[in-house]
Amino acid sequence: MSLYLLAVLLAAVSGLPGLFLRRRGGGVAAGLMGLAAVLGIAAALRVLAGGAAGRLGLPAAPLGSPGLLVLDPIAAWFLLPVLLLSACGAMFGLGYWGERPGARLLRLVYGALAAFLALLVAAAHPLVFLLGWEGMAIAAFLLVMAEDRKAETRRAGWIYLVATHTGTLCLFAAFGVLSAQGAGAFAALPRGFAASGSGTAVFVLCLLAFGFKAGVMPLHVWLPPAHAAAPSHVSALMSGVLIKMGILGLVRLLSWIPDPPLWWGALLLGLGALSGVLGVAFALGQHDLKRLLAYHSIENIGIILLGLGLGTMGKSLGHPILQALGFAGALLHVLNHSLFKGLLFLSAGSVAHATGTRDLDRLGGLGHRMPWTSAAFLAGAWAICGLPPLNGFVSEWFLYLGSFRALALSRWPWSVGVLAALALIGALALACFAKAFGAVFLGMARTRAAEDIHESPRSMLVPMGVLVLACALIGLAPALVAPALDRVVAALGSPAVAGLPALSGLASLPLLSALALGLLGLALLLGLWLRPRRRDAALPTWDCGYAVPSARMQYTASSFADGPVTGLRWALLPRIHEARVRGLFPGATRYESHVPDPVLDRAADPALRLSARGLSLLRFVQGGHLPVYLLYVLLTLLTLLVWMVV
Amino acid sequence: MPGFLVFPSHVALHLLVALLLPPLIPGLIAKVKARMAGRTGPPVLQLYYDLARLARKEAVFSRTTTWVFLAGPVGAVAAGLVASLLVPFGHTPAPVAFEGDVILFAYLFGLARFLTILSALDTGSSFEGMGAAREAAFSALAEPALFLGFAALAKATASLSLTPMLLAQGAAGVRLTGPLILVLAGWAIVYLAENSRIPVDDPNTHLELTMIHEVMVLDHSGRPFALVLYGASLKLVVLGALLVDLVLPATSRPWLDWLLFLGCLGLLSGAVGLVESATARFRMTKVPQFLVAGVLASGFAFLLLLV
Repeated sequence: MSLYLLAVLLAAVSGLPGLFLRRRGGGVAAGLMGLAAVLGIAAALRVLAGGAAGRLGLPAAPLGSPGLLVLDPIAAWFLLPVLLLSACGAMFGLGYWGERPGARLLRLVYGALAAFLALLVAAAHPLVFLLGWEGMAIAAFLLVMAEDRKAETRRAGWIYLVATHTGTLCLFAAFGVLSAQGAGAFAALPRGFAASGSGTAVFVLCLLAFGFKAGVMPLHVWLPPAHAAAPSHVSALMSGVLIKMGILGLVRLLSWIPDPPLWWGALLLGLGALSGVLGVAFALGQHDLKRLLAYHSIENIGIILLGLGLGTMGKSLGHPILQALGFAGALLHVLNHSLFKGLLFLSAGSVAHATGTRDLDRLGGLGHRMPWTSAAFLAGAWAICGLPPLNGFVSEWFLYLGSFRALALSRWPWSVGVLAALALIGALALACFAKAFGAVFLGMARTRAAEDIHESPRSMLVPMGVLVLACALIGLAPALVAPALDRVVAALGSPAVAGLPALSGLASLPLLSALALGLLGLALLLGLWLRPRRRDAALPTWDCGYAVPSARMQYTASSFADGPVTGLRWALLPRIHEARVRGLFPGATRYESHVPDPVLDRAADPALRLSARGLSLLRFVQGGHLPVYLLYVLLTLLTLLVWMVV
Repeated sequence: MPGFLVFPSHVALHLLVALLLPPLIPGLIAKVKARMAGRTGPPVLQLYYDLARLARKEAVFSRTTTWVFLAGPVGAVAAGLVASLLVPFGHTPAPVAFEGDVILFAYLFGLARFLTILSALDTGSSFEGMGAAREAAFSALAEPALFLGFAALAKATASLSLTPMLLAQGAAGVRLTGPLILVLAGWAIVYLAENSRIPVDDPNTHLELTMIHEVMVLDHSGRPFALVLYGASLKLVVLGALLVDLVLPATSRPWLDWLLFLGCLGLLSGAVGLVESATARFRMTKVPQFLVAGVLASGFAFLLLLV
């Protein structure tokens, strides 16, 4: 526990020395954050290896909670990605942000965000939880606003602030309902509570609060703009960890409930399928690399919800196997998504750093000049598509196993929907990442911006390398994480189902590793056989004999995605601006298409504009004249007086 | 359920078949097509000669390409060979079988597809980009068809491993006949699409604008192209085994099982040749409808199992 507290403290103060140092402030901050990560991860691993849960409490009875901060297996599991990504991001920031104006404040707030995140995972009291939650939200808002000279950034920041506070409001209400029931939060709730009216209220409120944070469709409105506008190492932390705090909240809630009603699991499954399929579909339509990644975060939150839903269904129906596989898949995907999405955002940051643009159709051919960034992005894309032998495959494999098992367990085949959703998400994600990687790193440079570039400095490449290694480790040796995962899943199980099956008994993980290693070995052998003896640097692409292929003739990202986007146009509603071609000798013309966000651009924005117009009718009340306000005070007092007397 | 290794002679035979048999299948298909058209056609072993010739040739690389260009051929063959370990050839269990190997099987083909698409995009050619885009879009429909078929079989056999799933059909009785035929129909469509055969794609056309798979490998030559051709024929065998296993009756003797399996694989190649001779390629806009038919067939198979 003391290691953990030290880690939180170190993270919190990591930006402070930089305020007073003339140089090397960034190095000190990254060093402190790295130290914090080492200490905190050591503490988390000790708990996950079966050590006793650390506890920090008050001498006085803390309102029925187990303490202020408890480092239990759930907290330890979420702490791992928080600290790893914070440290990687801090180091990446050295090269990415450098000593630009505002760098000192950025580092200060970045450290604060990491500390609040680390605090939040172990919070075991509503007040501590809310403190961490609000601290995290505000620190993240400040970080999103780092480049607030751009109108786009300001808009993204304000949308984020409104969304997160709407969520916090729901969270206050949820804790209010819980304590009104006399049920101490952060402790197991009595049987029957979940089915009662207040149980329903708590679930719906939590779903809203945590759904806003996690970016569950249709509450995801803040996510794409904020992730696109924030500095890349901040986007990595937000997408990798911050949105997972919504999942943490749901996991905590589910761990208190011994008997969730069936519709909880069904609702989670429905929301998961919606977020997953629509998230990846909207990602396909994006032209901005970071927006595309942000929509993929929504998709992956959907996959995690599918897992939570499966586990909850297992809990309700009394199938321990389903419960273990569903929760294990969801929790492992939380960790995996942090690793590969952090990696993808860092590599996208490296691209933006080198070229100054995030527009897919202005990039291309970066693989030649940025081989390391390109390899890192490929590894991230590989993992996020769930392809073997990287880590994304393992967590999706658990979910597939769970839903296949569910087919046999109950007569009613609800889980075939989960299967179909997972298969569709997988295939569309593959198309989307083929598009993104192809448009950015392969082929020829489409503009000058993509041509005059050089590889990012080592301080940016090392964090990416660390994340690649972590992805490969989990993918090649899933048996290593299985015991830890078992403990976390057991913490989620109700006391009634004590005998949760161990994952190592459910799934043949060593065979999976053996096959993965076999695949790698085979690929290595074949690669050696193919290795070109000499390369003639002057040869163009053959392209059926076309002599002068130019970069403009390449297939663009938009054309690559055109098939699926057209197929899904009933859901995506792409906006296409094209000029009609007239006459025998038409002049220059242009064609543009983009996919606006369904909720933000089509529903929330117009609705809020309309209500703002309506509410402006009331503006005369706020005239700005002091006597009028005094009159209001007087009238209020009189009304109160009358009300009290009568 | 731990994986099990059947006794080595069968494993050795399985590996030999997986390694050496594939190039024969395209030869058989070509022969059937030639005979149907009244031509003599190339020898059945033509692909073996081609592979030997390509292995000796020097490869040409465009200056646009990077190492990703080689990842496509390598990935297709490596993933195909690993997948071949998971699928039973006839009524002998696969060398490696464990619960959930179905998912690994499907995702290995996903991996091969991903890398092939990337190596096509690596050339910067618009033709290859077109093929890659089509491959990505159509596979998004083929994937659910495959998975729904797996779901139906998993429901029917209460198993999650390819070996029991595909081979338990005979014992399951008459009730399964209807769903089985539907799964077979759905997967036959997947088979034609995944192996880029007519009516989805035409491997022999000379018009690059209309191709899917062949256009993606336009720039590969020498050894990389040998791997591409070998990978494609491997896919014909491994996915073909999936189809053949569904209908193969069990015999009492292992050697008869093997013979029957090889015979059925030959028949399947003949059937593909007949389909290719008898139908024309669909217009590109019709292909998704054809694939949706596959999804529906597997979906109905699943529904039938519920009643």
